[in-house]
Amino acid sequence: MDLRFTPEELAFREEVRIFIRENLPADTRDRMKLGHPPRKEDTVRWQRILNAKGWAAMSWPKEWGGPGWSAIQKMIFLEENLMAPAPELLSFNITMLGPVLIQFGTEEQKKRFLPRAANLDDWWCQGFSEPGAGSDLASLKTAAKRDGDHYVVNGQKIWTSTAHNADWCFVLVRTDPNARKRQEGISFLLIDMKTPGITVRPIISIDGGHHLNEVFFDDVRVPVSMRIYEENKGWDVAKFLLGNERTGIARLGKSRERVNTAVSMAKDVNFGGKPLIEDQIFRQRVAQLQVDMKALEITQYRVVSASDKAKGAGKPDPLSSVLKVKGTELLQATSELAVDVSGPMATPIWAQELAEMNEPDDLMEAGSAGTGSYLMLRAASIYGGTNEIQKNILTKAVLGL
Amino acid sequence: MDFDPTDDQRLLVESVSRMLGDTYSFAQRKGYMALPEGYSPAVWAQFAEQGLLGLPFAEEYGGFGGTAQEVMLVMQAFGRVLVLEPFFPTVVLAGTALNIAGSAAQKTAMIPAIAEGSLKMAFAHSERQARYDLSDVITTAKKTAAGWVLDGSKTVVSHGEAADKIIVSARTSGDRYEEDGITLFIVDAGASGVARRGYVSRDDTRAADISLSNVTDVELLGEVGGGMAIIQRVVEAGIAAIAGETVGAMEAMNEMTLEYSITRVQFGNPIGTYQVVQHRMADMFMMQEQGRSMAMLATMSIDNPDEASRAHDIALAKVGIGQAGRYVSQSAVQMHGGIGMTEEYAVGHYFRRCMVTERLFGDPAYYLNKLAAEIG
Repeated sequence: MDLRFTPEELAFREEVRIFIRENLPADTRDRMKLGHPPRKEDTVRWQRILNAKGWAAMSWPKEWGGPGWSAIQKMIFLEENLMAPAPELLSFNITMLGPVLIQFGTEEQKKRFLPRAANLDDWWCQGFSEPGAGSDLASLKTAAKRDGDHYVVNGQKIWTSTAHNADWCFVLVRTDPNARKRQEGISFLLIDMKTPGITVRPIISIDGGHHLNEVFFDDVRVPVSMRIYEENKGWDVAKFLLGNERTGIARLGKSRERVNTAVSMAKDVNFGGKPLIEDQIFRQRVAQLQVDMKALEITQYRVVSASDKAKGAGKPDPLSSVLKVKGTELLQATSELAVDVSGPMATPIWAQELAEMNEPDDLMEAGSAGTGSYLMLRAASIYGGTNEIQKNILTKAVLGL
Repeated sequence: MDFDPTDDQRLLVESVSRMLGDTYSFAQRKGYMALPEGYSPAVWAQFAEQGLLGLPFAEEYGGFGGTAQEVMLVMQAFGRVLVLEPFFPTVVLAGTALNIAGSAAQKTAMIPAIAEGSLKMAFAHSERQARYDLSDVITTAKKTAAGWVLDGSKTVVSHGEAADKIIVSARTSGDRYEEDGITLFIVDAGASGVARRGYVSRDDTRAADISLSNVTDVELLGEVGGGMAIIQRVVEAGIAAIAGETVGAMEAMNEMTLEYSITRVQFGNPIGTYQVVQHRMADMFMMQEQGRSMAMLATMSIDNPDEASRAHDIALAKVGIGQAGRYVSQSAVQMHGGIGMTEEYAVGHYFRRCMVTERLFGDPAYYLNKLAAEIG
């Protein structure tokens, strides 16, 4: 047992911090500091900078361009990147598709897709959820029928984040509608978003933003060579994907960034004739969040250091459900804090017309962007297995019920 | 970072758990509570035999050379069965004070006796008016031609009656609240002018109020006026230890609750088959693990030489473990229903111990306030 960071780990954190400070493009940083989500070009540009440094494929083995970091190092990197704040690595590419290809892909599939995924030459999205298959994913209906050396895909996906930006989509389809168990008739396909028959329709979320989509597949022809692993074994791949990479699931750096922003805004906000930062109730609320963030930080290190020891051989740690639940509760509580600090400035939707009418107003812009972040983060306890599903997982895995 | 116990630590936990398995069933514990001491002298002797009473002391004084981590693990095992013996005041609190501030002569005189089980100690710092304020000391120590003379009173001193020697804080200079001017003394429990009034605390352990009237049979511990820094370290070590104990108590309560949810049938099914009960237990598990992380934080912090960051981490940990213990114990009683309300059932005893440890050396509100003061 050694509960402190090693000198190497501390030096690594410093190295990451300095690299981000010196290489994150200023316009990206300025926008994100105000609370705006990164634009597509921000994410692409930053991931390419990281890839050039050898850091983008952070969880992949060295032979596929990974940096060979320990789980603790990955954790440190993710935290520093979020706190900067800098755009996150595209998780579809790095933490979802990459490990799946490495584990299940053919050599040809690996060579074709891995380097492009690392460099964000291909933007991937995830076609899992359907209108009738949310928490109950295995009830999905999108069908793929074999026709020679192609599958013909028909059906609909929903909540497909960034499908409108995406070049490719990894999709769960039903290849055997008569399978004995629902999980047994599913396959995992890679689909080029330019294939005829695909329609992407935006879903505007409550933050007013366009992150989500519906994706319709109408007689979409997908080469059989684009199937990952065996036919009807896609559920194994999906389970691997969902259980594999839980590092960073809590996105603790994002919560810290929200608190830092709230505290710094609170110095400029008037509350009963004094800066809000001097209000005892506000300070107590921040203190409580610091307590909860620290507990989560340690739990997170416990999970990743156990996964380091298991060297990928271990079963998914049930503690990762704790990370998901507590991490998303904190994302919601911290973004809520930032919105409460901005007070009435939380209500305007900052848009071009406001920018043109007014002198640049950082407080209003940050208030508006912070509200967007708060609204969108209501999804955090819904996606990736709702928090209620996580408690079901804990009930089975830990309590054995 | 490495969170796994070493082989030696694992062996330690195994042997302690084995001994407690033999000596500390809930029924046995009730028997110890009924003894005049309020704990079992026989079990205390076994702690000594196992080397537990020498755990955090250097080998040259007959100690075991253990660290805060071993103390945390042992306290965790103690928390699982709600140990009544004066380990915490003797080994953790007084032990830390001796380790930090004791002269070679004092260490030689006291540590081997503690380790062999013949010397029990108490740490008498809190005063009635002080609530959680560590520097609020009005007990006085005056230097006379004949030596130091102590006057004042101390309250809720854990195992104050059982102690053979008592470490007492007293003001040698300055006004109430002044950090400088507090000095520690070692007082013989039988010294003239020492009066102890013992009582049972809510957690079934014994405590005492101690009054000191013209007490002259005392020896200095550490520097005159240098008591506060020692007290702080003692309190920090104490917080780390009770954080570990609280983890053990939470584990025990969660296990009891799970067991109960499997056996208790209502509406034709075990209550553990109902999702609303399952999710409450999942919440209890999550709080247990977040609390465990906080116990680890406290343990890894107490040797941090940077005083401010050490105090900050200890404050975070004290809030977190206190809230976790409160949540788990309240939930455990709720999940048990009526039986959880009874004196004869164990869960309420865990509840009460958590209630006591939560406010030992400051409750969550007190430490949140400290943390709040740092923001900005």
